[in-house]
Amino acid sequence: MSNILEIKDLVVSYGGIEAVKGISMDVPEGQIVTLIGSNGAGKSTTLKSIAGVVKPKSASILLEGMEICGKSPDQIVSAGITLVPEGRRVFANLTVLENLKMGAYLRKDSIKADLDYVYSLFPRLKEREWQLAGTLSGGEQQMLAVARALMSKPRIIMMDEPSLGLAPLVVRDIFDIIKTINSQGITVLLIEQNANMALKIAHKAYVMETGVITLEGTGAELLANESVKEAYLGKSK
Amino acid sequence: MNNYVQLLLSGIAVGSLYALIAIGYTMVYGILRLINFAHGDMFMISGFFLIYIAAVPHMPIWLALIITILLTVLLGFMIERCAYKPLRSAPRMSVMISAIGVSYLLQNFATYFTGGLAQAYPPIPWISNEIEIFGVTTKLITIVTPILTIVLVLALVALIKFTKIGMAMRAVSKDFETSQLMGIKINSVISMTFIIGSFLAAIGSIMYFSYYEQVSPTIGAMPGLKSFVAAVFGGIGSIPGAVIGAYIIGICENLIKSYPAIADLSNAFTFILLIVILICKPNGLFGEKLSEKV
Repeated sequence: MSNILEIKDLVVSYGGIEAVKGISMDVPEGQIVTLIGSNGAGKSTTLKSIAGVVKPKSASILLEGMEICGKSPDQIVSAGITLVPEGRRVFANLTVLENLKMGAYLRKDSIKADLDYVYSLFPRLKEREWQLAGTLSGGEQQMLAVARALMSKPRIIMMDEPSLGLAPLVVRDIFDIIKTINSQGITVLLIEQNANMALKIAHKAYVMETGVITLEGTGAELLANESVKEAYLGKSK
Repeated sequence: MNNYVQLLLSGIAVGSLYALIAIGYTMVYGILRLINFAHGDMFMISGFFLIYIAAVPHMPIWLALIITILLTVLLGFMIERCAYKPLRSAPRMSVMISAIGVSYLLQNFATYFTGGLAQAYPPIPWISNEIEIFGVTTKLITIVTPILTIVLVLALVALIKFTKIGMAMRAVSKDFETSQLMGIKINSVISMTFIIGSFLAAIGSIMYFSYYEQVSPTIGAMPGLKSFVAAVFGGIGSIPGAVIGAYIIGICENLIKSYPAIADLSNAFTFILLIVILICKPNGLFGEKLSEKV
């Protein structure tokens, strides 16, 4: 399987402090890749660098061999990479439908078919089309954030902590949706603190600690790894 | 009775002008959380633009008006690019100080260039004509101003509500970073906001100076401040709020002017209103309501 995304030696610093200290990752096409690690490990910074909203100090980020590091966020969205930000960040002052249209902001073609597609994934959003996004529940907002990202017709969807602050049942729904999206050919790069769930669905996984990658393997390998069990899954497992 | 009609008419006209300027303040605040102190001075510069352009020999007035509007829009765009954009990630206070700097720069530039004396504004045919309405004689501009203002405000509200760029403006005003993730170029959206604000200020300037007939380098300060109060009164960030605030201030001011005993206090009224509003209802009449679930 060829890599759709290759990150080499990504270094990001905030005010002199290196948050990401030269990591490298490969994302094979059509797979679910997860990046787990504790708070402050630099996971979100990594995704934001790929999306172009954070400027890395140095890096090479290749999308199918094409250098995208240093490009502006709109160019990266056009190239087919989208990010569902941490904490959902729906536009609370816009309606559900307007949020979805914002997701398709750069597209010039008709978005009718894609609206139908995301509504089929999330029927609740269809019911609430005209409601302000700020009035949705946390789970619905997360669904809207994912649906909004899908509206750009991405080839790679990156998700930053999609299960954060959601009820367990809703978390399961979200993970089901991730699998569904992936089965339709979209590559997924997922950050999670819920390591157990993330590793179960991931084809490939990386563990990140204080700005460096300490482990990599398949999801199943890391699930069975003693140090991962101890640090992220709880000892009793 | 006639006296009151007269007062009401001029109150509405002045209120409309404040509304056109107040929208510039409130839109920029809505997106950048910046109080653009230079806005009132841009309004003044726009007045001088027309004086100098109309003085060019053989210049038809309609062309002078169009050039004035275009130059004002260009000025607003340039101010944002030169004085605010480089400070995009700086603390808000720095941008505000930059805005105050631009305000003084424009005033001093105007003083230097014009000699600091008030200059007569060229009469614009038709709208400077006098007409009789409800038994009082007034300039046609008094009637044209509110009508034009309402049309522009409705057009603007429709732009923000129904167009893609309007949606992007609302998105950017809520969340810069997420807007970028959608592929919205926030700098273009911000430029667009300044272009709209400057356009409305240019229209306001043409009306205002057709009414008061002269321009001086510091004349932008008072209408600028009052429009700012109108924006705060209506709830800064809210366009309908700014418009309603502007009308209330315009009308009250003219009513106060009609009583000789308190006429001198008409300016003070505006600022007393500001203080009262900030104490009693800091978000203004239509200030942003928080409807988010966390």
